[in-house]
Amino acid sequence: MAELILDHVTVNVPVATEVKTLLQNVTLTVKNGDFVTVLGHNGAGKSTLFNAITGDLPVSGGTVTLAGKKLNGQRPEQRARHIARVFQDPKMGTAPRMTVAENLLLASHRGQRLSLRSRGLNAQKDRLKELAAKTGNGLAEALDKPTEQLSGGQRQALSLLMATMREPDLLLLDEHTAALDPHTSQSIMMLTNEIVSNQDLTCLMITHQVEDALRYGTRLIVLDAGQVVADFDRKRKAALTRDDVLAFFS
Amino acid sequence: MSLGVSAIGQGLLYGLIGLGLFLTFRVLDFPDMTVEGTFPFGAAVAVSAITHGISPIVATLLATGAGMLAGLATGLLTTKGRIPVLLAGILVMTGLFSINLRIMGRANLSLLHQANLFQESFLKDLPPYFNSVVIGLVVAVVVVGLLILFLNTQLGQGFIAAGDNPNMARSLGIDPDHQMVLGLMVGNGLVGLAGGLLAQNNGYADVNMGIGVIVIGLAAIIIGEVVFGELTLSQRLVAVILGSILYRFVLLVVLALGFNADDLKLISAVVLAIAIMVPQIDHQLRLRRVLQKGVQVHG
Repeated sequence: MAELILDHVTVNVPVATEVKTLLQNVTLTVKNGDFVTVLGHNGAGKSTLFNAITGDLPVSGGTVTLAGKKLNGQRPEQRARHIARVFQDPKMGTAPRMTVAENLLLASHRGQRLSLRSRGLNAQKDRLKELAAKTGNGLAEALDKPTEQLSGGQRQALSLLMATMREPDLLLLDEHTAALDPHTSQSIMMLTNEIVSNQDLTCLMITHQVEDALRYGTRLIVLDAGQVVADFDRKRKAALTRDDVLAFFS
Repeated sequence: MSLGVSAIGQGLLYGLIGLGLFLTFRVLDFPDMTVEGTFPFGAAVAVSAITHGISPIVATLLATGAGMLAGLATGLLTTKGRIPVLLAGILVMTGLFSINLRIMGRANLSLLHQANLFQESFLKDLPPYFNSVVIGLVVAVVVVGLLILFLNTQLGQGFIAAGDNPNMARSLGIDPDHQMVLGLMVGNGLVGLAGGLLAQNNGYADVNMGIGVIVIGLAAIIIGEVVFGELTLSQRLVAVILGSILYRFVLLVVLALGFNADDLKLISAVVLAIAIMVPQIDHQLRLRRVLQKGVQVHG
């Protein structure tokens, strides 16, 4: 069971002489196979929520549990075995001077202990090519190119493959289409949806695109001032309109 | 003739410093100042070991191990102590100065009338200076070969990724700190090895022999890049060795022009500065093409 449970999670960070609360007493249960879209103002605590889950920010109170295991106290590198993340900046998720194939190969060992065995690039080439072809944006033909030569859309598609090729218990998408043009953004969103539903992944997706938040996913939550202020399950989400959601931002 | 042979031998041996620095400067992306202490450290350990009756081969291995310890010290200071890596390297380098004096008991220790690797019996019949070419070549081939093998393992790929994009490495479960310590240990191990070998080749170790060593190593890397241009990672390692040899010939030319050996450090710095600036000037002057032509004609 890849269930994510946040139990009364609070995140405080020191800012100059005072303490700022970024996440306040958040309790949230994400069930296995849930695809949750996360909306909220800038500074509402969306990225903090992700950082608390990945361990990039320490929680000041409460517990984070994934698949029955408490994550508190585990370093981000340890949690990487179970949690994959795609960032807004396409440069964040890939190694620029390594080729597409090398990046994919490395991601196939996510969370594993790296050994002194040969990386076996040639033996895996066909499998990697097949995987890259899923993106339909020329990534398969760029297998031996350094990723710095890819377009933003190709890089983000690659990040997505790298995050999901070794199935994570939890996939975190942090505005992963925000830096792309509208057309590319849509194709990455469709690829995302395909991967998440095909692999039945448990996924949280931060977005500022209200349309995407409504169209994709099985559940929608809204954060404000470090708290979950609205939570719509599949049924109620289906009945939501753009105006309903925009009302939260007024 | 013998000057050229000597330059090739020295270039091969100094090339090890370039290889060590390549791991930190090019793969992990910072200049490791530790090497200025590691180089005499390796020399001091090797020479002292030999004067205490230890075989030259074991003494050379001890120099390598000593270099790795120095790299470990810098690595722990920067990853656990959170000291900026440049400063951590300077601290270790400074501390090693005293350690080197302690090891040798004085500022300069000679290998006169002692056995050393370059006087092994199978090298006896070679013309002058060919012993350093043979040993330099063997060591360079072995080291480059091992590095290429390592960089193509799973761990080696993780090491490259940690230098290329630490955030991405972390998100894949690779701890960039571990990779940094690994890079510093292997890099300084090679510099310690270079110190141990060059001390035996020169016949002495001196506490001041580390001054400017980082410039020599970086010059090998950058001259190799400027002359040979776009290469694969494995080819770049070979280019470092060739760059190191070219750098020795540049020094020969400079000395032939009538400069004094006292001027060498200044000239080293100027050569490196020019080599680093070449890619920027290249756009305007197409200098790289001219240099490549020069190499093809003479080489």
